[in-house]
Amino acid sequence: MGEEEKEKKADTGLAGLLEVLGLDGEKEVELEDVELSANELILLPSFLASAALKTVAPPVPRAPPKVKPSTILEASFTPFLQEYPGQIREVKLGATKSEGGSRGKTITIGGATTPAFYLFENTPRHPPVIAVDTFDMKVPLPKAIRTQVEEVWEDTAAWAKMAVEKWEVDMLTVHLLSTDPLIEDKPPAEAAKTVEEVLQAVDVPLIIGGCGDPKKDAEVFTKVAEVAEGEKVLLSSLTLDMDEAGVLEGVAKAAGKHGQLVLGFTALDLNRAKELNRKLYEYVPEGNIIMDLTTAALGYGLEYSFTIHERARMSALMGDKELQHPVLAGTTNAWAAREAWMKLGPDWEPRSLRGPLWETLTALTLLLAGVDLFMMMHPDAIRNTKKTIHRLMTRGNAKPDKIANWVMQGYRRI
Amino acid sequence: MTEREIKKTVKKLSPIDVYMLLPRTNCKECGEVNCMSFAAKLVNREVSLEECPPILKKEHENAYRKLQEILSPVIKEITIGTEEHAVKIGGKLVLYRHEFTYHNPVALAFDVTDEMPLHPRFSEEEAIVDRVKKVENFVYNYIGRDLKLDMIAVRSTSNDPATFKSAVENVAKVTSLPLILCALDPNVMEAGLIAVQDRRPLIYAATKDNWSNMAELALMYDCPLTIFAPNDLDLLRSLSKTMIEYGVEDLVLDPGTFPDEGLSDTVNNFTMVRRNACKGGDDLLGFPLIGAPITVWFGKEDSKEMLAWEEAFLASILTSRYADVLIMHSLDGWVQLPTTIWKFNIYTDPRKPVAVEPELKTFGKPDEMSPVMLTTNYALTYFTVESDLKKFGGNYYLIVADTEGISVESAVAGRYLTAESIAEAVKKSGIAEKTKHKYLIIPGMAARLSGETEDELKSVGLPGWRVIVGSRDSSGIAKLLDEKWPPKEEEEE
Repeated sequence: MGEEEKEKKADTGLAGLLEVLGLDGEKEVELEDVELSANELILLPSFLASAALKTVAPPVPRAPPKVKPSTILEASFTPFLQEYPGQIREVKLGATKSEGGSRGKTITIGGATTPAFYLFENTPRHPPVIAVDTFDMKVPLPKAIRTQVEEVWEDTAAWAKMAVEKWEVDMLTVHLLSTDPLIEDKPPAEAAKTVEEVLQAVDVPLIIGGCGDPKKDAEVFTKVAEVAEGEKVLLSSLTLDMDEAGVLEGVAKAAGKHGQLVLGFTALDLNRAKELNRKLYEYVPEGNIIMDLTTAALGYGLEYSFTIHERARMSALMGDKELQHPVLAGTTNAWAAREAWMKLGPDWEPRSLRGPLWETLTALTLLLAGVDLFMMMHPDAIRNTKKTIHRLMTRGNAKPDKIANWVMQGYRRI
Repeated sequence: MTEREIKKTVKKLSPIDVYMLLPRTNCKECGEVNCMSFAAKLVNREVSLEECPPILKKEHENAYRKLQEILSPVIKEITIGTEEHAVKIGGKLVLYRHEFTYHNPVALAFDVTDEMPLHPRFSEEEAIVDRVKKVENFVYNYIGRDLKLDMIAVRSTSNDPATFKSAVENVAKVTSLPLILCALDPNVMEAGLIAVQDRRPLIYAATKDNWSNMAELALMYDCPLTIFAPNDLDLLRSLSKTMIEYGVEDLVLDPGTFPDEGLSDTVNNFTMVRRNACKGGDDLLGFPLIGAPITVWFGKEDSKEMLAWEEAFLASILTSRYADVLIMHSLDGWVQLPTTIWKFNIYTDPRKPVAVEPELKTFGKPDEMSPVMLTTNYALTYFTVESDLKKFGGNYYLIVADTEGISVESAVAGRYLTAESIAEAVKKSGIAEKTKHKYLIIPGMAARLSGETEDELKSVGLPGWRVIVGSRDSSGIAKLLDEKWPPKEEEEE
């Protein structure tokens, strides 16, 4: 207590009285026997306080001395709510027979009106969705994943069928990696044939991945858009590099013409994401565009992805129309982190848990930042992410009694 | 208008506002060139107010108080423990990471119970000393930094004062880590507090039933106090008001961590509390939040692995959604590795660029026969490679190619790293004038560019340069060099 304050206290009749009695806040504690119940302790000064006020206290406009409360002081909680002028567009993936495609069902994502899972403001329109990754050729995969797909990885359609049936996923991605000019350089027609095979093998909505070469991808996507007419497949991805290479217009037009969806990929840069979207708007309906803002693995830049997604979503909700698109995260990238797959010694085993956990946590982090669609790989990671999404969708299931006494709970012998 | 309402948010606080309150004598005692530059650093939280000696003088008392007020964080900073063994929690300035750097990384506490033996009596039995030592000895080197665990939470499962006191004494004897004492019976809590009077532990917790006794203990032992109001934010706020009125000023809030189906309520409660404090100017909720992923362990029949998974999810989710302290149980490496890494990551400065300067870096004292390697300028890629090279020791050149801050795998796929750009980077680095050999080691992830790159090197005026495909991960560089360096052809020539 500063000198000035002490003086103030001496001035007021009440404080002075309490001080004389040895009952001001600090001293009281030292004096009292802790065996006494707290209520008895507190009643004394507050009783004295009211008596003192009646007789001596002048109405001085100073902070009243602290009188320990004897009951809980009510202070109800009202959540701070925000108005969001913007809303994320809804995008429908896939098309059923009656809609001109051949999918068993369609999936709608987006539509957010608040930051992710702010259920106290609004219930999310659509739960985020997971698409499982498959490839059209043998690719180097971490052991934890390889063992899951080894039997089917030379037959894309069989791989697709297994993923959909065994892992119960809602969507599927076919990465046409063999089209890479530096790998097998398969022609667009052959890639399109693979897509047709997968369309026949499974009836979930599809994402079609390219090889990363802007010119080749544009050719392949143009052909795929044509053969998958009306299926509303998502072409992953269209980029500003395609624009620089002069091929963006052609492939975007083809997507627009054949009713496909496009994924606009940019590298952790919202200005470029907006620039790409402006270019896409010329050829593709706004409701057919999804953004990929780049997904880095946990431990390998996930914080950059987390923050760019939070920023994008907040700007979109606050009215930036060019960012009001659902977002996709290539969560399989989690396996790029060495901690997901590398032998690190006995203290960090088993890797069979560490790897899938890594992918799961990468997904959950971006889930909280607003991601609507995940590309994933490991069945355990997919299952657990699905479970978490389900849990986050509804409120009011907390059971306070169950944890009220957690402090005293012992451990079961396991 | 409350003080909190007039306090400007970090974004609005300008260096001018701060400058006007400083002595403005440009005395340079703080080490800055002038008061304006010190003000700018204060606003950016790069320096502390107390680094200005004149402001602490009597004549600036009022200005000092005002500055303390406008610079104080919306979430109060609370210290648990004492002196060099203390951990600071809270001190947050913002709700979202992109608004400003998060301060004081979430403190990770691990439990022991007062019914655990000191040492295991049979294999796999959990024991106090073993667990404490495990917490203390945990370390993981991540891009050159040691990640560690922070605290011990001692729980009274016996609910017996003497048993708790003895357990707390034993813990205090073997560790100087900051402590959380967990008991809901004030008599038990006091027995524990007596055992560590000089350690300033965090008291867990005051509830609607024991609050006044716990408040007395917090005052008497001068300890921060947790308010536990599971899924009842009215009660949480009311108890906060009551405690402040009572004179307990260092509070930590627990709205309850509900596992399983309660996840959504947990996340929403944490979010609402923190948002009210940061955006709604709610002083009563401007305190650190404590999460208890440990709750997954109770009342379920799942396997140990399954429960540890669930605990890792909760820890990660609550680290993203505003927890300032977490109480956990699993000490498994595979659980704590992602937990500690995410903790480290989310507390880094969001303004830190994703890219490092593309240039020629040297390690050790490389000479004309030292290996020349190439990587991308994505910060995490670069720091990983850098940390590995430092770990191996030895002398190397490392060419950092400009991939616009994209990692090797993505840069190759997205054509940010091509044969042309590699050749360009090699030429620009001037490495050809520094070495006698003509070998470039490229990342294993860029293997398919190797042939083309040799052609491109020729066409930019570096004939005879050969490409060696390196390991897919930089941890394999040492082995690669053992096997392939110096290159055999070189010896034959």
